[in-house]
Amino acid sequence: MTTADGTGRTGGTGGTGGTGEAGGAGEALIEVDGVEKVFDVRRKTGFLRSERRRVRAVDSLSFTVRRGEMVGYIGPNGAGKSTTIKMLTGILTPSAGRLRVAGIDPSRERTRLARRIGVVFGQRTTLWWDLPLIDSYRLVHRMYRVPDARYAENLDRCVELLGLGGLLDVPVRQLSLGQRMRGDIAAALLHDPEVLYLDEPTIGLDVVSKVKVRGFLRDLNAERGTTVLLTTHDLTDIEQLCRRVMVIDHGRLMYDGPLTGLHEVGESERTLVVDFARELPPVETDAARVVRVEGPRQWLAFPAGRSAAPLVARLAAEYPVVDLSVREPDIEAVIAKMYAGQVVP
Amino acid sequence: MAYRLSFAMTALGNLLTTALDFVAILLMFSRVDALGGYGLPEIAFLYATSSTAFGLADLALGNMERLGRRVRDGTLDTLLVRPVPVLAQVAADRFALRRLGRIVQGLAVLGYAVAVLDVDWTAGKVLTVPVMVLSGAGIFCAVFLAGAAFQFLANDAAEVQNAFTYGGTTMLQYPPTVFAREMVRGVTFVLPLAFVNWLPGLYVLGRPYPLDLPRWVAFTPPLVAVACCALAGLAWRAGLRSYRSTGS
Repeated sequence: MTTADGTGRTGGTGGTGGTGEAGGAGEALIEVDGVEKVFDVRRKTGFLRSERRRVRAVDSLSFTVRRGEMVGYIGPNGAGKSTTIKMLTGILTPSAGRLRVAGIDPSRERTRLARRIGVVFGQRTTLWWDLPLIDSYRLVHRMYRVPDARYAENLDRCVELLGLGGLLDVPVRQLSLGQRMRGDIAAALLHDPEVLYLDEPTIGLDVVSKVKVRGFLRDLNAERGTTVLLTTHDLTDIEQLCRRVMVIDHGRLMYDGPLTGLHEVGESERTLVVDFARELPPVETDAARVVRVEGPRQWLAFPAGRSAAPLVARLAAEYPVVDLSVREPDIEAVIAKMYAGQVVP
Repeated sequence: MAYRLSFAMTALGNLLTTALDFVAILLMFSRVDALGGYGLPEIAFLYATSSTAFGLADLALGNMERLGRRVRDGTLDTLLVRPVPVLAQVAADRFALRRLGRIVQGLAVLGYAVAVLDVDWTAGKVLTVPVMVLSGAGIFCAVFLAGAAFQFLANDAAEVQNAFTYGGTTMLQYPPTVFAREMVRGVTFVLPLAFVNWLPGLYVLGRPYPLDLPRWVAFTPPLVAVACCALAGLAWRAGLRSYRSTGS
């Protein structure tokens, strides 16, 4: 079993081991090595007196993201997700460690890096509040010095795929949350960034908007090869978009690997639902345990890492089986278990 | 220019309030003949140079007051991810043309002062006037910038900054002879506001300097402005690096 410490230390090189299938992707684009961020928090303890406390928002964090990867970055509130993103964009200066995005040290050369990255904050807009959407885009065009033809092409594409057609003349403050978010995503992509950071891009969106945003991001990654790093609380985002997932808690990397690997780490179980021809007593087998019986239907739990085939074969040989189905474990439960500290001592 | 009517009204309002500023001085002179040994034309000259210099700085960096709010609510983040220096963005954000009112009024009073002043206009004195206004603007810019840098540390420092900028410009509108010696010393050696208009201005007016300073200090304001801006620039960079953003 991979423990948090294991992945944390080897993250710099071995962390991407989980994304074997993305091996065709290019060189390391984001390199994080032993990065820390410490905040001094002052608390008033009396009149004019205050107590200083050091809070480690990010602690010896190491990972590498290769060009063309799409990585989910998850963790509970206050785990250090946003702090990491802010260090990767150069907004915050790390307290220790080495950080490179496209070979650039973000906090030292923030404005140079800005041309090569796109950022979407789910909680706040980067658009100009009082201006119509199209004026914000024109400002982005000038500010990033995007060649005219490229700008026109990217804008058309975003308008079409994100459904912004009727919204271009509406002032940003009048847009709904979902519309604004789509507008923000378009604004972040007009200058062809190599990396796109999305901090909670689907927060507060309705189902239709979520589907639209996810579809767009998937295409962007597949067609343009844009590297995407995405933080979210919605695990459906991760399931539908990311092959690789990183879990962070208390500023430390708890897991880095494919989504499926989370199940093993989380010691989760899959469930085989079996319909027998008639009511039977709970089946007896070492490979699984019966968790529920309801008439002729029985629920058998078995470790998520193990194949269901031998179990199915045995059941079919020994019992009158009518129908079978396998239920995947609930990823949310797995992660909740990790957060609760059951996995990592 | 999204709100045209609002723009016209605030511009007019600004012009009126700054004009009242000078009317107050005129009213004072309807009662007395001199203030600290200075007559109305001389006071008008000091008033105009200080006001114009401050107006120029205010036009460029007056928005820095808002920075405190941006630091507090974390909207500074969005400026930091763009490929343009934050300073340029803050200055351009809601670029307040209405602030032109102060400059227009300053220049008008300057015109009046130059017309009525009884001064022997040598080439040096003529040249000193535009140089002092521009250097003065530089010094005020440095004060704005240093104030902005300070807002990273103390979130609600805009009022401290205002004390030095608005307070400073009001002080400079009167001759140094009306202020206590310690105060004059403070604005000469600590926060060099005296270089905005007092020292070069008194050279133009042919008046004795406060604190027995040598004559040539009248030509140092450009150097002082450059030094102040450099220091304020360093403070600003340090401030940006210590920016902490907000949660999530």
